Amino acid sequence: MRSILLVAFNTFREAVRDRVLYNLIVFALLLIGASFLVGQISIGIERQVLISLGLTAISLFGVVIAVFIGVGLVSKEIEKRTIYTVLTRPVRRWQFIVGKFFGLFGTLVVNTFFMAIGFFAALALQAHRLQWADGWLVVALWFIVLEFVIITALALLFSSFSTPLESAVFAFVLFIIGTFSEDLREFAQAAHGLTRIVASGAAYLVPNLAALNVVGRVAHDQALPPSLIFYNTIYAALYATAAVAAAVLIFERRDMK
Amino acid sequence: MPAIETIGLEKTYRLGFWRKTARQALRPLTLAVEEGEIFGYLGPNGAGKTTTLKLLMGLVFPTGGSARILGMELDDPRMRRQIGFLPEQPYFYDYLTAPELLNYYAQLSGLTGRDRKRRVEEMLARVGLAEAERMQLRKFSKGMLQRLGIAQAILHDPKLVFLDEPMSGLDPLGRREVRDLIQSLKDEGKTVFFSTHILSDAEALCDRVAVLCRGELRGVGVIAELEAKRTGRVEVVWRGLSALAEVRNLALECHASKNDTARATVTEGNLDAVLDVLRRGSAQIISAMPVRSTLEDYFIERLQADPQDEPGSTAASPDSDAPVREVAQ
Repeated sequence: MRSILLVAFNTFREAVRDRVLYNLIVFALLLIGASFLVGQISIGIERQVLISLGLTAISLFGVVIAVFIGVGLVSKEIEKRTIYTVLTRPVRRWQFIVGKFFGLFGTLVVNTFFMAIGFFAALALQAHRLQWADGWLVVALWFIVLEFVIITALALLFSSFSTPLESAVFAFVLFIIGTFSEDLREFAQAAHGLTRIVASGAAYLVPNLAALNVVGRVAHDQALPPSLIFYNTIYAALYATAAVAAAVLIFERRDMK
Repeated sequence: MPAIETIGLEKTYRLGFWRKTARQALRPLTLAVEEGEIFGYLGPNGAGKTTTLKLLMGLVFPTGGSARILGMELDDPRMRRQIGFLPEQPYFYDYLTAPELLNYYAQLSGLTGRDRKRRVEEMLARVGLAEAERMQLRKFSKGMLQRLGIAQAILHDPKLVFLDEPMSGLDPLGRREVRDLIQSLKDEGKTVFFSTHILSDAEALCDRVAVLCRGELRGVGVIAELEAKRTGRVEVVWRGLSALAEVRNLALECHASKNDTARATVTEGNLDAVLDVLRRGSAQIISAMPVRSTLEDYFIERLQADPQDEPGSTAASPDSDAPVREVAQ
């Protein structure tokens, strides 16, 4: 456990020192700009637009960070040979992988936390108050964090056996397919024969990110069923565990050439 | 119990998209390094030195054979606490400072609290990096990184230290410092296994050496016995060049210098004849010294030897009688 925490903290420290959190400044500028613009171009629906824009930005910023850091988590360590002086200490390979995962995930949580503060501040400024319905925004943010869990695990998985470029392509493709996974499921149900089998398999294999996207619903103050929160949380935890376990299995057998 | 023991340890890489091409980086290696030794692992570039070290460090997996370090399996965390490793041309997390890096490694090695702080400060002072403690590693020179690499390898007071080309990238002064450091590790009773292709370093430091070529162990030798080995040649130095032409006919090689002195290498059988010639020519004989075998002689001889012709015996412990032991694969 100690080794996992140490590797995780070092991964977090690397992200901070590499100025990853500078994206917060861009996010803040985006929100400030949007707050001014929204008032002028969307009379009556300022709140919906601001929520949609804010949550989508938080999600996209996080996914970009998860992919771009995640794909180099392992391969960069091997390429730069920094891993040699870590794995030759009493650190198991699985501890290194799990530590890397939690390090990046921790970075994203901290990043999301600060973005969320900015987001709620922008909302409060726009409406001059916060309301009970804003509680659903916290749920939407939770789902975004769950999305990061999955994307981070997938980026780490790809990073454990391929180059950063290939990993980035795989991760983004899966993110896009995952975003439209419900369409894929509908297609699978409508298909027949082999196509149905293949499409169904693919639909269950790709992450169901569509279920985690509730931006439209919370923007219109729609309530979210507690079962959705429960199932989404379980789903993300299981999916990420499976992806990290696969990364561990690959990494345990990999030669550090 | 040997500090390091390998039995038929080998590594073959599979190359290409379909992994059909095989490249044997290390042929079956049987070797034992005793506790307290400084053991030099010699070979030209691409000989398989780094592959051996990576196998011992558990960074790559063997395709055959086995190895034990300090009597333990290679993946045993208890063993990892007792070894230190300096990779070739080390590269570290360049966003950290030297104390931060050493602190991280000390924590991973299980050092805690005051002991950790003390060891980090000691190591920085020992490798001369105490002044640079606020500098990020991205600003470190190659020599500074090498010294930091040595510091991290011995930070947790390991029993056994593996150094891959420890003098690489260092200036003469830096090399001298690292040599002194390796010697001090031996004085502390530690076992040092280091790879190098710089023979003078191995000659100055090692108790024993192994020569590796194209992934194959060509021999293991005890340095002291190696250097005591007679070559059957004698080097004669004299003043007065009147007999030079006659000596040239008898010598294996002969060189005259501008200050009226000359040097010749002759066989032991021809020594009396050469000395007679010099006395007749009224030359002043300065010295006549037997030529000792050098590590370089041994290294070249081993590299040129055809491994198929070598007799079958296993290399290993330092208590064998033979000064040089060959290893057949």
